Amino acid sequence: MIGSIKKYFSDIYNGVKSLFTGMKVTGHYVTHPGEIITQQYPENRDTLKMFERFRGEVVLIHDENNEHKCTGCSACELACPNGTIEIISDKAIDEETGKPKKIIDTFVYHLQMCTFCNLCILACPTDAIKMAQTYEHSVFDRSELTKVLNKPGSKIMQGIK
Amino acid sequence: MEEVAQNIETQEYFINMGPQHPSTHGVLRLMLTLDGEIIKKVQPHLGYIHRSIEKMCEKDSYQQVVHLTDRMDYLGCHINNEAVCLTVEKGLELEVPDRVKVIRTIISELTRLSSHQLWWGVMGMDLGAITTFLYGFRDREMITDIFEETCGARLTMNYNVPGGLMFDIHPNFQNRTKQFLEHFKKKLPEYDKLLTGNVIFTERTKGIGYLSKEDAISYGVTGPSARASGFSCDVRKKNPYSAYDRVDFKEILFTEGDCFARYQARIAEMWESMKIIEQLIDNIPEGEYKAKTKAVIKLPPGEYYQRVETPRGELGVYIISDNKKNPYRVKFRSPGFSNLSALDKMARGFKIADLVAIMSTLDLVIPDIDR
Repeated sequence: MIGSIKKYFSDIYNGVKSLFTGMKVTGHYVTHPGEIITQQYPENRDTLKMFERFRGEVVLIHDENNEHKCTGCSACELACPNGTIEIISDKAIDEETGKPKKIIDTFVYHLQMCTFCNLCILACPTDAIKMAQTYEHSVFDRSELTKVLNKPGSKIMQGIK
Repeated sequence: MEEVAQNIETQEYFINMGPQHPSTHGVLRLMLTLDGEIIKKVQPHLGYIHRSIEKMCEKDSYQQVVHLTDRMDYLGCHINNEAVCLTVEKGLELEVPDRVKVIRTIISELTRLSSHQLWWGVMGMDLGAITTFLYGFRDREMITDIFEETCGARLTMNYNVPGGLMFDIHPNFQNRTKQFLEHFKKKLPEYDKLLTGNVIFTERTKGIGYLSKEDAISYGVTGPSARASGFSCDVRKKNPYSAYDRVDFKEILFTEGDCFARYQARIAEMWESMKIIEQLIDNIPEGEYKAKTKAVIKLPPGEYYQRVETPRGELGVYIISDNKKNPYRVKFRSPGFSNLSALDKMARGFKIADLVAIMSTLDLVIPDIDR
């Protein structure tokens, strides 16, 4: 009888003690606001910078003369597991040799199908594409996610084969 | 009073738990047969997030198979990637550089830590404590930052390729990992203070959901859930892969087999994971980050199997090759599926609220079960 009464009170004591142990931890963070790591996301949009390897979306690199390095070899199209990249190629006459060669007409990128696996970037023999560090991809219509990556009027850099 | 209770006729009835239920961690439907609040039978119904990953693998090249395994057990995705790569390397009889082995081991253990941190947070939340969820995610954030900097993604990393790694580790990787270890060594005792000693938590987990060693073996339960029942099944010890044969760590074993033992096993595993990382982080050998492979990988005809230890248990990858660039058949032995099969045995005779605790300690990830 006495044992059970003793157990009753020791249970209450241990229970209250364990609750206060936990509350001590949470109380520590109330009194030390410097240790809080929460980021206020939409407000810090201007200062928020992604890491350089972060995979946001595929972009075709253009230089200041509106030239890119894509030869239209379709290596990225073959490497892609989901059919995300579609290259529509065109024929042009090489100015130096006079032979017909393949150039890209449109580089279609379906962002909605992309799994960001980075295999296209690894496959590219001329390093023409890269992953951009963008992160807000939501749009109002699905068709906006299908993008043409080569800018209008752009052409291939000289010397890239 | 007891006499009255005996005379009341009770009737068994069915109730659906899920597929959209906050404590099933995904789309899992449990058909419960109940008598009052006592569970008589649990029938899991699967397939709500089945994406036929195994079938999709058959049309993909071996490099492309890797990224699909990110989507199975998304909390241990690096280890899934590693499993596929190890199987392909086995088929090619390819020896990867030492540097790759060590980096793979470090990132695997970081993955295990981040998975267990998330599990700890969610487990607390299932049992009614929101605080743990926020604390678990706070520490996990440091690991996802390490992954983001080195691998390029936070969750579906796809960092392994057959033959090595996608790119070398980031120059900041070692420093950040050391910073994280220093930080987390101070924070892990907080986990004990918040949950392990808490009277409500211990009342709801001690003696609940007992699984004997024999049952664990016969149901094929693996991972921390089985080791809490005393079944020694750590693939890292039994069949070392990557760099696990050169590190010193303990296999965590408990014999109680209840929810609290499974909880303790995972907390203890976090300490062991940190121990493994500490031994390796300063000793990453110099060298190539990728062995040379052909652009189109073709495995010689035959069957290849490799098992690894994910945060949830043993993952096996079985590939049949017929000398084409795609696998003929791929089969994943996922830990979640086998662990779930023991749920009925564990939950019988307990109450619905206990079922939530049992499911939490099994650490189910539904896309891993359905694939």
